[in-house]
This record gives sequence, C-alpha cells and structure tokens, in this order.
Amino acid sequence: MVELVDMVLLGFMAVVAVLVARLRNLFGVVLISGFFSLLSASMFVVLDAVDVAFTEAAVGAGVATVIMLGTLLLTTSEEKKASGSSLGALLVVLVTGAILVYGTLDMPHYGDPDAPIHHHVAPRYTHDSPEEIGVPNIVTSVLASYRGYDTLGETTVIFTAGLGIVLLIGSSFRSRGGRDGDR
Amino acid sequence: MRQQLILRIAAKLFIPFILLFALYVQFHGDYGPGGGFQAGVIFAAAFVLYTLIWGVDEAKRVVSPNLLQVLAALGVLIYAGTGIAGIFLGGTFLDYGVLQHDPVHGQHLGILLVELGVGITVAAVMTSAFLCFAGRKRS
Repeated sequence: MVELVDMVLLGFMAVVAVLVARLRNLFGVVLISGFFSLLSASMFVVLDAVDVAFTEAAVGAGVATVIMLGTLLLTTSEEKKASGSSLGALLVVLVTGAILVYGTLDMPHYGDPDAPIHHHVAPRYTHDSPEEIGVPNIVTSVLASYRGYDTLGETTVIFTAGLGIVLLIGSSFRSRGGRDGDR
Repeated sequence: MRQQLILRIAAKLFIPFILLFALYVQFHGDYGPGGGFQAGVIFAAAFVLYTLIWGVDEAKRVVSPNLLQVLAALGVLIYAGTGIAGIFLGGTFLDYGVLQHDPVHGQHLGILLVELGVGITVAAVMTSAFLCFAGRKRS
C-alpha cells in the first residue's frame, strides 16, 4: 500500500517537473511548483517526517509561492524564447543525473538498521534521552538540547537572512508613509 | 482582494485556527511533532493570508515593521540568553540542566525557552521577508 502511494506521489512529481520545464507562462509555473511542494510535503508524511511536512507545506507551498507571485508582479509573467540549441545543456543534465543515481547505489537502503548513521551517536540519544532530557519527542531533545549549538547557529542564520532582505529590498518596508492604494 | 466576500469570510474563519495551530505546534513540540521552526512558519503563513486579503498597508498596521525587527532579534537573544544563563548558574553554555534544581526539569525549561526563541525569530523573519517583497512597486 505504501509502495503504491509512493509510486503515485513520485509519478505526480515527475509530471509536475516536466510541466514546469515545458511551460512558458511563469504564472502557471509558480502555481505548479507550489503543487510540487505540496506533493513533497505528502511524501514527507509517508516517510513519517510530519514536522518536515509542516515546514514544507507552509514555506514551500504557501509563503514561497506567494513571494514568487509578488515577484511576477514586478517583472513579467511570460518566459522569453531561449536562443540557440539546448542539446549541450541536456547532455550536462543527463550526465549529472546519471552520476547522482550511480552515487545512490552505494547508499544503505531506506530504514536499514545497519546504516552507519544509526551507529554513531544515535543509540546513545535514543537510549539516554528519556532519563537525561525527559522529553517524549526525541527529535526535540536532540534538536534543542544535544545539538543546541547547531540550532543556535541555524536561528542566527535565519535572523541574518532576514536582516539581509530588509537591508537590500526593504526600503518600502521600513518607511511607513506610502498609503497609495492596496493590492 | 478585500471586495471578495467569499475569500474574506473564509480567511476570517481560517486565520484564528492557523494561529492556534501554530501555538499548539510551538508548545506541544516536546510531546508531538513540531517545534519552533514549524510553529514560526505556520504563524507567518497565517499572516501572509491576512496580507493577501487586506493588503500590505493594513498588515503593517497590525504589526509594525519596527516591531518585527525587534522580535527577530529578540528570538535569537532569548536563545543565546538561555545559554548564557547556564554559564552564570554554574554549568556550560547551553547546558539547561542547571536552570532548575532537578536537571530534567531544567532541560524542560531550557528546551521550552529555546524553542520559543526559535519560533519568534522564524515568524518575524518570514513575515518581514514577505512584507519586503509584497510592498515593492514596479519601478
């Protein structure tokens, strides 16, 4: 059953990817890539990563789509015809894809208990977390306590990114004057 | 899109539940899936929906850009401050065990504070990034 759901989702994602590459109308491309995010969020649910699915659905399918639509308002919604042949690009893509697929052949299977990632610090976390941290959700205890430094770094990265956006294109954001019409 | 009756009513119905769900994900992160990052983006998504319906200017009246910038910094400060509090109470940086007498309770408190910091920063940054893009006019 799970295999069937996987197949359907992956099939849809492949169709969406081809559509995004083929379409010239950028408005359609943005909407369809939002649908792609929704599909990958469903994929994460199938993989039991519900928290990642939350984030993907809210950011990928929600906020990012709206930001891309806002960008279209400022530019144009029709893609220009590419000049010249794209055979070289196709070749590069095919070779890179082949190398990536070849690389996955060496990777342990999904959920393999013998995979290296399950033998480093993971046993200690799963074994000691209930006594040391006492939080039922081990993901939270790893994220916020065992790996607190990493999460502090991530939060700082997000803060810095937001600061950069406000400094670069936030002139209308900072000035509170202009009340000329709304969207 | 303020004139669109159906959109407006639907948004009015949805926004409180999205916000409530964000708070649930935030404070229930110890027990179920979720945490600061997830809660932050869900909170921001609700705000994006509000902005889509009522416009950027109205959204800026709800939460001012200055407040958003303060909140973005405040979240990181809460996080780092929790870490430094650990040093002052005799532990190491980001060691929550010393925050309370019982180390496990200390861990609970530390994780709660840290996740709160993450949630505030993520929500404020996502909202201000969106407002930056949405507020630009074609030049």
